[in-house]
Amino acid sequence: MCVPVAHPQSIEQLTALLRDEPKTVLLAGGTDLMVALNHGSQRIGPDELVVSLKEVPELSIIEVDHVQRLLRIGAGVNWDELLGAPVDTLAPCLTQAARTVGSHQIRTAGTIGGNIATASPAGDGVCALVALGAVAVLTSPEGQRRVAVEDVATGPKRSVLANDEFIESIEMPIVDGWQGYSKIGTRNAMVISVAGVAVVLSADSNSCRIALGSVGPTVMLADNASTFAGDSIDWTNKEISADSLERISELVRQVASPIDDHRSTATYRSHSVGVLARRLIERGLQEMRNSI
Amino acid sequence: MTNIHDERHFELTVNGERRQVVDGYPGESLLTVLRDRLGLTGAKGACEEGECGSCSVLLDGNLVCSCLVLAASATQSSVVTIEGLGGSTDVQTAFVECGAIQCGFCTPGLIMAATNLLERSTEPQTDEIREALAGNLCRCTGYGRIVEAVQTVVVQRSQGAS
Ligand SMILES: Cc1cc2nc3c(=O)[nH]c(=O)nc-3n(C[C@H](O)[C@H](O)[C@H](O)COP(=O)(O)OP(=O)(O)OC[C@H]3O[C@@H](n4cnc5c(N)ncnc54)[C@H](O)[C@@H]3O)c2cc1C
Ligand code: FES
Ligand code: FES
Repeated sequence: MCVPVAHPQSIEQLTALLRDEPKTVLLAGGTDLMVALNHGSQRIGPDELVVSLKEVPELSIIEVDHVQRLLRIGAGVNWDELLGAPVDTLAPCLTQAARTVGSHQIRTAGTIGGNIATASPAGDGVCALVALGAVAVLTSPEGQRRVAVEDVATGPKRSVLANDEFIESIEMPIVDGWQGYSKIGTRNAMVISVAGVAVVLSADSNSCRIALGSVGPTVMLADNASTFAGDSIDWTNKEISADSLERISELVRQVASPIDDHRSTATYRSHSVGVLARRLIERGLQEMRNSI
Repeated sequence: MTNIHDERHFELTVNGERRQVVDGYPGESLLTVLRDRLGLTGAKGACEEGECGSCSVLLDGNLVCSCLVLAASATQSSVVTIEGLGGSTDVQTAFVECGAIQCGFCTPGLIMAATNLLERSTEPQTDEIREALAGNLCRCTGYGRIVEAVQTVVVQRSQGAS
C-alpha cells in the first residue's frame, strides 16, 4: 500500500526522513498549514512528502529540570496542554497566552512549535516565550542548535529554519517573580490579536522583559523599555513611580512599528502596547507586594 | 508504479466503516473528502479556516474542525461524523425540543461539540458550556437555546437518563 503521509515514530526517524527526502512539508496541528492549503496560498507539490509530527513521542514532552530551573516543552505540545500543570504555575504567562487562542477545536490541535514556525507577528505563544527568555531547540540531520525564540522569525512567514530542520523543543527558565500576558482583539474570543504584550518581572535578577506582538514584522523584545523598567523598579518595595511607568509606555511605543490593516490601525496598535505594558507592570508589582 | 508520495488513494475509518478514497488531491481536507467523495454531507463547510466550527467531527474522540485535518494524515484514526450518531441521541433530541435549531446549518457541528463537551465534563456550568461552544458560530439562534439544550441534557443525565 502507498504511504500518503509519513508518520515517523521517533526523532531519529524524523531526522532520517528529513535527510533522505528531498522535499518535505511538516504537519503538526494543521491549524495554519491547512488554512493556507484550503485557500490555495500554499500547495503541496507532487514531489513533496507530508511528514506528520503527531506520532513523534519526544515532541510531546513537558519536563521540569529543578536543578537548572528550566522548563522544557516539546514542539508538539498543544495549547490545551499548556493550560494545566505544570505550565500554569511555572510559566503562567504562557498559559494565559494559550487561553486566548482560538476555540477548543483550535487549542486541542494547534501546537506551540507550529506557532513559532509559522512566524506570525501575532503569535500569542511566541510573545509569551520571548518575554520568558525562551530558547528554541532546532534539530536537523546536521545536528542541533539553540536559537532565542525572538530570533527564529525573520519576518512575517519567514524564519531561520532550514528545509531539513525542525523545532524539537522550547526551553525556558523558571522565573521567580511575576508574569502576565494581555491581548487586545476585536472581540473576546476567537481573534487574532490586534496587539499583545507579555511581561516577566524577575525577582531572581531584579530585571524585566517586555515582549510585543502584532506591532512589527515579528514578535519583538522591547529592549530599551525592558532595561529601563528593570532599572527604575524599586525591587525592595516592589514599586515604581508614575513618571517611570509613563516613560516605559513611551519606550514601548517607540520600538513598535505597526501597520494599518483590516484588524486595526497602526496608531491604535502603538497606543495599545504602551497601555498594556504599563498596566501589566503595575498589576505585577501590586501582586508581588500583596504576596510579600 | 506506486509513488510513496501519492496522497490520492487511501483508506479512512468513518463511522466505524473502512472507506476508500480515490483520486483525492494533495493537501485535501477531511471536510472535502467527507462531503465530496464519501457523500457524507452532515458536516458543513463555510469558512474552511477553523473559524465557524460547522465542519466539526470527532477524530479519535477529539473534537476537530475537519477543514483543518489533512485527510490523508488520518488513515489510522477513527472519524465520527453527525451521521455516525444516528438521529436520536439525547443531545440531538434536546436541540430539537429546546428550539436550538433554526436554519440548521450550524447544528451538526454544534451537536458534535456538545456531545464532546458532555464526554469531557459531566456537569458543565454555563460559562464552561459557552467556552466549549465558542468555536461554533450560529447566525440564527443567538445561542440562548443552544446553551439551554446542553443544560437540559446535563439535568437529564444527572437524573439517570442517558
Ligand atoms: C480559527 C483559528 C484561530 C487561531 N487563533 C490564534 C490565536 O488566537 N493566536 C495565535 O497565536 N494563533 C492562532 N491561530 C494560528 C494557529 O492556530 C497557531 O499558530 C498554531 O500554534 C499553529 O500550530 P499548528 O500545530 O497547527 O501548526 P501547523 O499548521 O501544523 O504548521 C504551521 C507551520 O509550521 C510548520 N511546523 C509545525 N511544527 C513544526 C516544527 N516542530 N518544526 C518546524 N516547523 C513546524 C509547518 O510546516 C507549517 O509551515 C489560529 C488559527 C485558527 C485556524
Ligand atoms: S468550515 Fe471548518 S471551521 Fe468553518
Ligand atoms: S441555526 Fe442557523 S446558523 Fe445556527
